[in-house]
Amino acid sequence: MDIRAQISMMFHLDKCIGCHTCSVACKNIWTDRKGAEYMWWNNVETKPGTGYPTKWEDQDVYKGGWKTRGQDITLRGAGKLRGLLNIFHNPHLPVIDDYYEPFTYKYLDLIESPAQDDQPTARPVSMITGKPIDIKMGPNWDDDLSGTPDFARRDPNLANLTPAEQEAMFQLEKMAFFYLPRICNHCLNPACVASCPSGAIYKRGEDGVVLINQKVCRAWRMCVTACPYKKSYYNWSTGKSEKCILCYPRLEAGHAPACMHSCVGRIRYLGVMLYDADRIQEAASAPEDELVDRQLDMLLDPFDPEIIAAAKANGVSDSTIKSAQLSPVYRFVKEWGMALPLHPEFRTLPMLFYVPPLLPVMASVSEARAADQKSKMAPMAKKWEDDWLYNTSTEELWGTIDQVRFPIQYMANMFGAGDGARVTEVLKKLMAVRIHRRDVTVGDMKPAKVKATLADVNLTPEQADEIYTLSTLARFDQRFVIPPAHREQAIEMLDFTGDAKGSVGFGFREQPARGN
Amino acid sequence: MSPLDTFLFTALPYVAIIVFLGGTIYRYRATRFKYSSLSSGFLEKRTLFWGSMPFHWGVMMLFLGHLIAFLFPRSVLAWNGEPVRLLVLEVAAFIFALSVLWGLAMLMIRRVGSARIRAVSSYMDVLILSLLMAQTVLGLLIAWNFRWGSSWFAASLTPYLRSIFAFQPDIAAVSAMPWLVKLHIVGAFLIVLAIPFSRLVHVLVVPLHYIWRPYQLVIWNWRKDRVRDPESGWTVTRPRNT
Repeated sequence: MDIRAQISMMFHLDKCIGCHTCSVACKNIWTDRKGAEYMWWNNVETKPGTGYPTKWEDQDVYKGGWKTRGQDITLRGAGKLRGLLNIFHNPHLPVIDDYYEPFTYKYLDLIESPAQDDQPTARPVSMITGKPIDIKMGPNWDDDLSGTPDFARRDPNLANLTPAEQEAMFQLEKMAFFYLPRICNHCLNPACVASCPSGAIYKRGEDGVVLINQKVCRAWRMCVTACPYKKSYYNWSTGKSEKCILCYPRLEAGHAPACMHSCVGRIRYLGVMLYDADRIQEAASAPEDELVDRQLDMLLDPFDPEIIAAAKANGVSDSTIKSAQLSPVYRFVKEWGMALPLHPEFRTLPMLFYVPPLLPVMASVSEARAADQKSKMAPMAKKWEDDWLYNTSTEELWGTIDQVRFPIQYMANMFGAGDGARVTEVLKKLMAVRIHRRDVTVGDMKPAKVKATLADVNLTPEQADEIYTLSTLARFDQRFVIPPAHREQAIEMLDFTGDAKGSVGFGFREQPARGN
Repeated sequence: MSPLDTFLFTALPYVAIIVFLGGTIYRYRATRFKYSSLSSGFLEKRTLFWGSMPFHWGVMMLFLGHLIAFLFPRSVLAWNGEPVRLLVLEVAAFIFALSVLWGLAMLMIRRVGSARIRAVSSYMDVLILSLLMAQTVLGLLIAWNFRWGSSWFAASLTPYLRSIFAFQPDIAAVSAMPWLVKLHIVGAFLIVLAIPFSRLVHVLVVPLHYIWRPYQLVIWNWRKDRVRDPESGWTVTRPRNT
C-alpha cells in the first residue's frame, strides 16, 4: 500500500447558476496574457452542448485519454511510439479554430474618430494577427442552449440516445439544461503526464496537483491531444503548454483557488483524499462498468487507524491526515456516495467529482388546483395560493425520478460511463434529502413515507441533515479544507533556493517573449 | 589554395563549431525557457502537414546519409562497388532531397503567406528556411551534375572533414572542388553556425529519453527522508525536473 494525499474537488451541479464568475476570476489572475487569451483554465458549459473546445468529449476526433489494450491500457492518441512518430505533425492536435480566435475591439477608434456623418464603430480585431475578423465563435456562445441546432444537438453525449429521446430534449415544453463548470481534474492517472515527450508535466507528490514545468516544456503539444478533457492548452506566443494549476500558490498560502473562492452559488468544495497509489494501474484498467467503483475503492478511509499509520509511514503529514478527515469531498464522494467523476471512461481517474443536478430532471411545471394543495398542507404551513407548481410528484415514492423529463441516459453518459442506475441512485439521494427536509420544515408528508424514502437510499435522518447542511449552509472553512503546505519542510517548492544562493535575486527571471 | 579558400574551409568551420558549442551550451544554461522551436501547428495544421512531414523525414535521411559517409567511407565505397546498389543509393538520396525541397517550399509559403503564422515568425525563421532551401538546391544540383556524389564524397570530402576534427586541416582536396560543391560546404557550416541563434536548437532536445522513462512522473517537494538528512540543506540532489 502506497498511500498518498490528493487535493480533490467536488462541484455541486444542483447549485450552479452558470454565472461564469469562476471563469472570470481565473482569467483575471492567470490567463490574461498574450498567447493565453483563448485559454479558459476554468470554463462553464451548458449541457447539452458541444462545450469548449467544440466537441471535446468526442474522442473519435481528438483521441484523448486512455483505451484498453488487453488487460492493460494505452494512450489513445499519443504515447511513446505514436507520439514520437507524430512529432513532426500531430494529426489529432486541436487548432485554434476548435476553440475560437481570440478577439478584441478597436475601442480607440471610438475616441479618435474624426467628425463624420456616421457613428464610429469599434471593429473586432483578432488578438493573434491584429487584423479585423468576423467573429464566428466565442468560449461560451452556446450558453443557455443558444444556437441549439449548431451546438446542443451535436453534443457527443447524445450518441446512444434514441432519436425520439433526443427530439424530446429540444421540445420547447420539455427543454432543460444544466451547467457544467470544468477545471483540470488533477487526475490520478493523468494522460497529459504520460504523453509529454519532454517529461515536463508532473504530479506533485504531496498534494497531487498536476503542473507543467515551463522550462522543460519543448512545445511538442502531445499533452493537448492526450488530455481527454482538453484542459492542457498551447500558448502560441511563448511556445509552451499551460494548464490549470489549482492556484497552488494560493493553496500553499492557505487560500482557496480563485474559481472556488469566487463561486457565487457556493457549489465548489475542496478537500484532501487519501488514496492507494499502488492501485492506480488496476483501477484505470478496469472494465468500463467497474471503473467508478474501482476508483472509489482506491480512496481510503482517513479515520481507519491502519490507514493513518500507513499514511504516516509514507510521509503524509499529520496535518494532511487531519484535513482528509475534515474533507467535505470525502463525505460527498465516499461517505454519502453522491458525487461522481466526469467521463470515467476516459480512464484518467479524475479527482474532480460532480453531484449530478436534480433540478432539470424534476422541474416540470404542471397545473394544480390551489384547493387540492391546501388540503394537503399541515395546519401550520403557509397558505397555498399558486395554481401552478413544480411537479415533484411526491405521490409515488420515486415519481419524479421515474418520470424524468431529461433522459437519465444522457447524464449517465457523462457521469457514469453510461450506467444510468448509478446516476439514478444519486438523484434519489438528492430527492430523499429534499423530502426529509420538507417533512422537517413543512410537515405535509406522512412520516412512514419519509422514513421509507430515506431507508430506500440507505440514509439516516441525521445523515440527511448533514447532507442538507453541507450542501446549503456550509461555511467557507467547511467547504474548503486546505492542508497546510509545510513550506518550512520543503526542499524545493517554487524554486530551489540553493541554485540562487550567492547570486542576486531568486529563481526564474526570464521574459516569456520569443524571438527565435 | 587562395586565402579565400583558407578562410572558408579552415577558419569558418572552426568558428562555426566553436560558436555552435559555446552558443548552444550557453543558451541552454541561460535561457532554457526558449530552448525549442516555436511550434505553430496550433495556428495552422493543414499546410504544416505537407511541409513538415516531407521536410523532416527527408532531412533526417539526408543527414544520416552524410553522417554514414563521414563515419564509414569504406563501407559506402564498398556498397557502391556494385552499380545497381550505387544507383539505388543515389536515386533514394535524390528523392529524399526533392521531398525536403518540397517541404521547405510549403513551409516557406505558409510562413510568409499566412497572417497567423506571420504573427509568430521572426526574421531568423525566414533566414533559416532560405538557408536550408539554398543548401538543398545546391545539393540537388551537385547530385545531378557531378556523379556519383556518394562515392567522391567518401573519397575526397570525408578526409577533409576528418582533418578538421583532427585539428590538422587539409584543404587541398576541397580547394580543387567545383564552386557548387564549395558553396554547399560553406552552407553546411553556416547552418551549424546558425543553430544557437535560431529555432534549430530543437534538434538538440529531441525527447528520445521519453522511450525509457516510465509514463507517470511524480515529484516530491518535501520528501521527509531527504529533508531530515543533515546534509540535504546544502548538498541535496538538485530538483529532478529542471
